[in-house]
Amino acid sequence: MIRVQAAYALAGIVFAGIAAFSAFDRANAKRWNNAAFWGLFALSFLIGDALGDLANGALVIVMVLVGALGGIGVTRPATTTPAQREASAARWGNRLFLPILVIPFTALIGTLALPRIEISGVALVDPKQVTVISMAFGAALALALALVMLRPPPAAAPQEARRLMDSVGWAAILPQLLAALGAVFALAGVGHAVGDLIARWLPGDSRLAAVATYCLGMALFTMIMGNAFAAFPVLTAGVGAPLIVGRFGGDAAIMGALGMLSGYCGTLMTPMASHNIVPTALLDLPPGAVIRAQAPTAVLVLIGNIVLMYVLVFRF
Amino acid sequence: MASMMSLLGIAVVLVGLAARFNPLLVVTLAALVTGVAGGLDPIAVVSALGKAFNDARYISVVFLVLPVIGLLERAGLQVRARALVARLASVTVGGLLATYLAARQISAALGLLSLGGHAAMVRPLLSPMAEAADESLHGPPDEARRVLVRANAAAVDNIGAFFGEDIFVALSSVLLIQAVLQQNHIIAAPLRVALWALPTAALAFAIHAARLAMLDRRLGRPAAPPLVQDRRQ
Repeated sequence: MIRVQAAYALAGIVFAGIAAFSAFDRANAKRWNNAAFWGLFALSFLIGDALGDLANGALVIVMVLVGALGGIGVTRPATTTPAQREASAARWGNRLFLPILVIPFTALIGTLALPRIEISGVALVDPKQVTVISMAFGAALALALALVMLRPPPAAAPQEARRLMDSVGWAAILPQLLAALGAVFALAGVGHAVGDLIARWLPGDSRLAAVATYCLGMALFTMIMGNAFAAFPVLTAGVGAPLIVGRFGGDAAIMGALGMLSGYCGTLMTPMASHNIVPTALLDLPPGAVIRAQAPTAVLVLIGNIVLMYVLVFRF
Repeated sequence: MASMMSLLGIAVVLVGLAARFNPLLVVTLAALVTGVAGGLDPIAVVSALGKAFNDARYISVVFLVLPVIGLLERAGLQVRARALVARLASVTVGGLLATYLAARQISAALGLLSLGGHAAMVRPLLSPMAEAADESLHGPPDEARRVLVRANAAAVDNIGAFFGEDIFVALSSVLLIQAVLQQNHIIAAPLRVALWALPTAALAFAIHAARLAMLDRRLGRPAAPPLVQDRRQ
């Protein structure tokens, strides 16, 4: 059976390549920081399961220290000039889009077809991880197609990957780190504490107060955690389940759907979310530009969610 | 009282972000403070951090697209994307982004979340297309204008994904909603959860499409005052 570890191994190889080329980049004064940061990330992907929890924790802390205090150097690996790109674009035309399209279509076909394939009773691919495995397979296939089509010099693929990866920089591990923070919060009982706190302050007889607290709490807690998935269990256990469903008899499906979507409004407004950090890096934007473009929509949708939940949740 | 102490981690996040410390440091410190204040011993906290980080590696598999995206950029992908839009002279930035928003919402609602993304779509295709649309209508942009157009390209990818994915039954968010409700002894059918994401999806599209129309008006205004402050200097 193909497990998700196969996808991790591919990613580990890419990060290891980036680390190796970083180490040889004499133009980067912080090249050893870059090499250590991406090297440890590669290690996590290649042998993370064998390391054990404590060693993984130490690895995370070293990566954080290197990324946040040492700093990842901004690098400019050699790439093509604008004139060369014009000429190449004219030569290849729309065929340049082919490899990019391979990724989603492989992911789509893989997600639909792979779970059905069995070899002597054993699933070919771990059914729980089909999406991730298909995506990794699609990326590998797209790379193979691009290599055959464009015939770049051998170092081009790792160097171009390094150019993009260094532009994301330390932010690359923030989403995983936030997931880890959520796990520690759960272990330490933060959800219960927040729920207790809210329950103590909330007027017990107001449906509107309960709905507004749940939706606003989802948005605010998501902004703090950078991730609506971490906020949802906390607010649902603290406010949604006991008050909206329990006391007032609201509909759980409506509450859950609109609660999560309220959290997404928070994601659109927080500097903690990778959804805002990664494009800021990849598009070379000043901090806050992406959030400014999103915030008015987020606020209006959040208000809309509160109204929708108040109108719908007690009616169905 | 131990449980209230665990809220210290939230304070660490708030103070750390307000003081503009590096988010990696803030998050790690918040995790350590939360764990220790919540009564766990430091070794157990570091172990929990490591285990969860290891379990969450699937999030970073998206970076596997970077080698092929980089190779294609090197071969002129962004140039080509720009040329494609420049030929359609009447396309506005807002029109282009609203079309992408609709496509992103619909494909996410069908479970095809991997059709978009900042690395695979926005940087190589959507953002150069939007800049080309702006340039062919209004001439060479200044820096503030370029920032505004790019930031809006990133925004539609996020908004389309967020307010589309919850409509698809088998994606992690609907499954998480169901699982959390179950932990609270409440049964909710995934199909109903997905269905009730529709009103917000429609609302989000209406609001953001209207804002994109306003963006077009703003970009079309002659000699506009600085649109976005560039804080890098």
